[in-house]
Amino acid sequence: MGSIFQGAPIPEGPGYSFRETPAVRQAPGPSSAAGERQHGFYPYTDNGGSTLGISGADFAILAGDTRSTSGYNINTRYAPKLYKIGGDAPDTPPIALSVVGFAADGAALAERLDTIVKMYRYQHGKPMGVAACAQRLSHLLYMKRFFPFYVAAILAGLDESGRGALYSYDPVGSYEREQCRAGGAAASLIMPFLDNQVNFKNQNVPGSGQGHALEPRKPYDLPRGTVEELVQDAFTSAVERHIEVGDGLQMMIITRDGIEEVYRDLKKD
Amino acid sequence: MVGFDFSNHDRNLALHAKGVPLPKATSTGTTIVGCIFDGGVVIAADTRATSGPIVADKNCEKLHYIAPQIWCAGAGTAADTEFTTALISSNLELHALSTGRKPRVVTCMTMLKQHLFRYQGYVGAYLVVAGCDPTGTHLFTVHAHGSTDKLPYVTMGSGSLAAMSVFESQWKPQLTRDEAVKLCADAIQSGIFNDLGSGSNVDVCVITNEKATLLRNYITPNVREEKLRDYRFPRGTTAVLNEKVIKREDLSKYVTVHEIGDEQPTTAETMDVDTT
Repeated sequence: MGSIFQGAPIPEGPGYSFRETPAVRQAPGPSSAAGERQHGFYPYTDNGGSTLGISGADFAILAGDTRSTSGYNINTRYAPKLYKIGGDAPDTPPIALSVVGFAADGAALAERLDTIVKMYRYQHGKPMGVAACAQRLSHLLYMKRFFPFYVAAILAGLDESGRGALYSYDPVGSYEREQCRAGGAAASLIMPFLDNQVNFKNQNVPGSGQGHALEPRKPYDLPRGTVEELVQDAFTSAVERHIEVGDGLQMMIITRDGIEEVYRDLKKD
Repeated sequence: MVGFDFSNHDRNLALHAKGVPLPKATSTGTTIVGCIFDGGVVIAADTRATSGPIVADKNCEKLHYIAPQIWCAGAGTAADTEFTTALISSNLELHALSTGRKPRVVTCMTMLKQHLFRYQGYVGAYLVVAGCDPTGTHLFTVHAHGSTDKLPYVTMGSGSLAAMSVFESQWKPQLTRDEAVKLCADAIQSGIFNDLGSGSNVDVCVITNEKATLLRNYITPNVREEKLRDYRFPRGTTAVLNEKVIKREDLSKYVTVHEIGDEQPTTAETMDVDTT
């Protein structure tokens, strides 16, 4: 029986993740001459990709590329990162969720939130509002504070006054309502673009003053057409400079009429 | 080159032990291939250079000149492929001059492997060497540790598996020139689309007994698309906090000023800029 456990275990055998195979570490000191066996299990993988959300006066847009990667490989060119939340009963306020990072956790999280929003309806006889849904999602993430969902989530919907609502999350549930947010692999490429083009950061009104007196350009609610163009330009640019982003762009436009879904191709290299 | 300067080695080890990360080198996470045909040899490469997940160069040249009829495709650390090929190219030229003969591909391959073996894999150059010399047509691969292979068709880099799948399913003996170019280009495209480390365009080099032809950007399947919006800022968007005007008279105190007439100044190099 003992001999079975002598050699190194089968690397691809059950119970082991792809990267971590048990390593024999030679412990210092004369007492443990045999060395100790260190087992590793790393349950997370990074599936790459990027997401982005922008809210407007009477709409919110969520977008994500559809490439799923592991290392230098492409798993599939069409793996949606956007999920509709709460079913599509007529009086349900439209809510969509985007998740990027570890795709399996993303799917699990979307499924849980979807179930919760549906159960809320059955139990209370009224649909869940976005603000409530946003806070519930935060709790959902914090519940797994010490074994987190490895995702950057963005929730989009319409608030009680019909304005576009956008909430962004970190993997353990810290959240904030924002005008716009980029998530995932190319977030660091897209976010500065959004700051400049949506909130007009680092832009001034020409001729409004001299030096420090020059007035900053005031942000306003961008029309839907503009926002859709900004989203597409952000992604076509990210595709150029980030290897994990590409193949296709999925957009969900949330309005009072429901969720409109748009797909377009991106570069496949 | 008389050798590398190792004077910072101990200091860098100490810094690394304290947790300072090593600087990231630009790697050509690449697809490179080569294939012999009747009367010559073809090598090809993609044109993407990466630094981690970021594309550092969308249209870099991975086909390096060694001698008039010897060319080399390089994968691995960009600087290492660039400098080793340049070094061997230089030495091979001197060798050809002193022997009064055309350089041979085996000589080139041997010089490369001896250089790379000396550095025990730390010079991260993975090369496909190809060419024609008086002894015939040759195709080799050279690994960073110094091992070599001589084969009728070869692939290297992160996209080598994707490219090899094309060779293994389509290669046949006695290819024509055009068939070999097509096969190599298809192998590179397979790398471009299926390997994230490879991308952008296909470069091809055809070497025959007569001459070598570099077909730069032979296929461009990934042209950047137009932006939907205009991102030019109106003049005055950025605040001017400080202004200082230096007149020509003041400038001539420090440097010699030549008056240029109406004739256009000659541009040394041009850069692609957005015109929309």
